[in-house]
Amino acid sequence: MMSAEPLVSAHGLVYERDGQRLIDRVDIALHRGEIVTVIGPNGAGKTTLIRLLLGLAKPDKGKVQISPDLTIGYVPQRMHIDPVMPLTVKRFLATAGRFPIEAMSSALGEVGAQGLEERQMSRLSGGELQRVLLARAILRSPDLLVLDEPTQGVDLAGQAEVYRLISALRDRYHCGVLMVSHDLHLVMESTDSVMCLNQHVCCSGKPEAISRHPEYLKLFGTADASGLAVYSHTHDHCHDVHGNIQPVEDHKHQEDGHG
Amino acid sequence: MDDFIWRALVAGLIIAAVAGPLGTFVVWRKMAYFGDTLSHSALLGIAMGILLGLHMSLTMLLVCLAIAVLVVWMDRRQKLSHDTLLGIFAHSSLSLGLVALSLVEGLRIDLMSYLFGDILAVSDHDLMLILAGSLLVLIVLMLIWRPLLTMTIHEQMARVEGIPVDMIRLVFMMLLATVVAVAMKLVGVLLITSLLIIPAATARSFSRAPEQMAMYSALIGFLAVGGGLVMSLKWDTPTGPSIVVAASLLFFATNLSGLARKGV
Repeated sequence: MMSAEPLVSAHGLVYERDGQRLIDRVDIALHRGEIVTVIGPNGAGKTTLIRLLLGLAKPDKGKVQISPDLTIGYVPQRMHIDPVMPLTVKRFLATAGRFPIEAMSSALGEVGAQGLEERQMSRLSGGELQRVLLARAILRSPDLLVLDEPTQGVDLAGQAEVYRLISALRDRYHCGVLMVSHDLHLVMESTDSVMCLNQHVCCSGKPEAISRHPEYLKLFGTADASGLAVYSHTHDHCHDVHGNIQPVEDHKHQEDGHG
Repeated sequence: MDDFIWRALVAGLIIAAVAGPLGTFVVWRKMAYFGDTLSHSALLGIAMGILLGLHMSLTMLLVCLAIAVLVVWMDRRQKLSHDTLLGIFAHSSLSLGLVALSLVEGLRIDLMSYLFGDILAVSDHDLMLILAGSLLVLIVLMLIWRPLLTMTIHEQMARVEGIPVDMIRLVFMMLLATVVAVAMKLVGVLLITSLLIIPAATARSFSRAPEQMAMYSALIGFLAVGGGLVMSLKWDTPTGPSIVVAASLLFFATNLSGLARKGV
């Protein structure tokens, strides 16, 4: 299934800011058709790693290799469209390039956002916005999809659905997917491998193995071990456990995020 | 009607046609204060042009650009907030310009015309400069429209997609500096930003797409220029401020009626 050459890879990445090492000797490789999820607590350097891999920041040490002529579909962590800019979903999609309206509508349909063409971007709900961002990314027929917290602002019931959607898009477009998440159990079903990051790579491998890995448990606490099958539970229950596994200062933030 | 009135009207309409669309980006990118900083530094440019005996419009343009680049450069290198830095540059360049102008010996300068504009004194030569500068800005703006819009929506996303963000930003600043230099005659350094932001802000309530907002912004600029000129001729008020007053009236009229409709 996977081609030999990775779409993007990095070796020995080090990134420092104000004397602090935000990324410490990280290796990563992503192949076509593969979904890799980076998880870690807040401040673990997940977004920084993505920025390094995308060339938005330069590593202090190490090297990023990205295959030439790669089309990247990027879904940023935060996309705030100020209401001062009048922007319909249709017009927003058109910023990705010249596409016929049918292509835009079918991209919206694929992500379950059909009929949003004429809506104003600033009026979309969190879930609708994420879907529109996904639609824009796939319009470009990407070789590589990069998603930074793709469920930000999406209610918990919708989060699992977004991850299922990403997995379906991978099957359909046979692209590589690199995503960032703060919750292992939510992504478990849809990811091929998981990299647990806390400045350095704590552990990496298949999601089931990671959930039992001592390094992972050390980072996220043992409360998580009992919640192994929690992703198949109702979202109410999941929310409880999700709250428990977060470090105290993160917990509050995550709660805010769920609205 | 006298020739000078026609020239004033034509010059005003041309400037409005450019300031409107460019102003939408100033509003979207929250650069109103940046526009002020650029236009205030134009006075320093004028002073330097006179003192050094250089071409005035060209010196003004170069000084504006230098200040713009300096602001961007310093923004990345120190801890003050963006608006503090802009405030420092805006007022120090304006003051430096005023001080420098006072040092010019034996030259009688109508300071008021630089500060608030003197559109009725536009010559045929000025008109040609305004037309050429405006056409250039409009053409370049159309060329960079899509990448500029994309990076205004999300800069990192634009960068990942291969848009040369830094280059486009620099070009955009050059366009702003050019409009400042061109609009000098119309409303003066203290009021130029209003031509960029008031028509654009007024256009927002009618618009459903970015391009539509740019078009309406130009149209509202036309109305403001026409209204301001009429006001100025009828009551003998200063033309530049009259144009800005006309623009503000349009803004408040549309926004207050919009609020009334919503029952606020």
